[in-house]
Amino acid sequence: MMRIIVCVKPVPDPKYWSRLGLDPKTKTLIREGIPNVINPLDRKALEAALQLREKENGEVITLSMAPPHTTPVLREALAMGADRAILLSDAAFGGSDTLATSYIMAAAIKKMGAYDLILCGDQTLDGGTGQVSAQIAEFLDIPNVMHVSAIETFQQGMFRVRSQIEHGYMVVEIKAPAVFSVVREINEPRYITLMNILESEKKETRIWSSRDLALDEPWIGLQGSPSQMADLLIPETKRKGEILQGDPAKMAERLADRLHRWGYC
Amino acid sequence: MDFKLTEREQLLQRAMREFAEKELPPRMEAMEETGEFPVELLKKMGDVGILGVITPPEYGGTGMGNLARIIILEEMGRVCPAIPMALQVHHMATHALSKFGNEEQKKKYLPPLAKGETMGVVAVTDPSGGSDVAGIKTSAKLEGDQYILNGRKCFITNSHVSDHWVVIARTGEGGRGLSAFIVEKNFPGGKPGRKENKVGLRGANTGELVFQNCVVPKNNLLGHEGEGMNIAIQNIVETGRPGMASVALGILNAVLEQAVKFANERTLYGKSISSLQAIQWHIAEIYADLEISRLLVYRIGWMRDNNIRCDTESALAKQFTCEAAVRSARKAIEIHGSYGIMKEYPVQRLLRDALVTIPAGGTGEIAKLVMARHALGMFK
Repeated sequence: MMRIIVCVKPVPDPKYWSRLGLDPKTKTLIREGIPNVINPLDRKALEAALQLREKENGEVITLSMAPPHTTPVLREALAMGADRAILLSDAAFGGSDTLATSYIMAAAIKKMGAYDLILCGDQTLDGGTGQVSAQIAEFLDIPNVMHVSAIETFQQGMFRVRSQIEHGYMVVEIKAPAVFSVVREINEPRYITLMNILESEKKETRIWSSRDLALDEPWIGLQGSPSQMADLLIPETKRKGEILQGDPAKMAERLADRLHRWGYC
Repeated sequence: MDFKLTEREQLLQRAMREFAEKELPPRMEAMEETGEFPVELLKKMGDVGILGVITPPEYGGTGMGNLARIIILEEMGRVCPAIPMALQVHHMATHALSKFGNEEQKKKYLPPLAKGETMGVVAVTDPSGGSDVAGIKTSAKLEGDQYILNGRKCFITNSHVSDHWVVIARTGEGGRGLSAFIVEKNFPGGKPGRKENKVGLRGANTGELVFQNCVVPKNNLLGHEGEGMNIAIQNIVETGRPGMASVALGILNAVLEQAVKFANERTLYGKSISSLQAIQWHIAEIYADLEISRLLVYRIGWMRDNNIRCDTESALAKQFTCEAAVRSARKAIEIHGSYGIMKEYPVQRLLRDALVTIPAGGTGEIAKLVMARHALGMFK
């Protein structure tokens, strides 16, 4: 029996990114009118959790911090097969940076009781900081492995995971409970079936506010966020072309040399 | 009146869009080339629950209903209209069996149809014509414990890839002399005949079913003897026409998407052609056709789910939407200029696909007769 918590964040659907704007004053994304989806790497984390549950039995619970209007997106996680969902939602959480977010998420996890594993996506499409999984682990004082591309259990209470590193991967054996954040390569999430859509309607989505959690007020929201957005710029990307000339064999040699220097071969 | 899709329907829509966008494009080139339906997709569609959407849960379906079915067909049709064409005819078979089958027949045939282990079809049209149902010549004679079928069905979707055929055949005189039978493909004397080579919806297989002294057990009579006309008409009104309208609705989605993308990308006179009023008129008309069609088609889904008869509304939705798909696809081709008639651009295929929806599931003229009959009776 395994109890797995999956952190799931609703993010603006990448298909509509051309419509996204930046608020010059608040330095935040203008999300109005853009549908939300589950952060794609979080879906993969959920798929990994569901696969572990299929082998080990147990329970998969999703945990999110988002405004209440995002509950339809969380239903998607239930329709993929999660057993229940918890949404942390409160005006007091607004403006939280990754530290305050992780603090709140960790407080919710403590309230949830015993668990074996916490899974996150390596990073989100919108913020992209990749910090939350490590910070949650720190607040809970449990180990964390990032860039995870495979998870297996090999002994009671032990995981063996593959973590991507530059030019390769490392295999880590780690004792439960732990926090893993997963990368794109880990799996291909399953389709949502009609049967599971109907099933998801019987499952519970519970909303917790700041009153439900043991929180120190100075640690949450804007005041609990040491990092603030100073400026946000859209980089200008320009293609730089270079045409090689001369003897074909020498050109090929120079091309191979460049590719090697850039780290492609 | 609430025009908003429920949370369930919105989730279904997103899930189906993902399924369609992942599964269908890799298969489309081969479907266009060979005219073959990708049979291996059937199991996947069964696993997702698409095949049993209008099959009751006690027979292996989800019973999610008619509006859910329309959403599924629309999303599939937006990507590859040939797939929902095959799918909608499969649903027609599940509808006929669910509504008119006895307990034994439902238990035997519905679960495998819902899982994708078998594929179904309803075969009404004789070579003498599909609109004249009462004129069907394919015959069924009771001999002891079995019926002997003779004749030929034509323009049958899924003819060569299906396993269970609901066949309308003549057991007596006139319109009341028709009956429906469940024919398994390996019953002696029944086999697929000629395979058709269509201009559009090429990935949906169409052809003949031929019966030469085909032996059908008496137990495989669907409903009662003489009920064939009623079964055929209800099947067409409640699933066939809504199904074809949904395929055309899917095409309209794709047409607008292609037209807008091209209009925004194509530059003439130093600016995007979408800034030209002539192009904007085309876009507005395609948009209007899509929106009107969606209202008409969703309404019949809602009516069916609320057990409201929809004979006229079903005919209206089918006729309007299929015509709208053709005229909109043509406008999208005009927006594309010469690119529009090149095989590399999908709009030419969308026009070919739209053309096939016109006669399928009842011609526009028959639909208009239904509407006129209703309208002429309104102020008597």
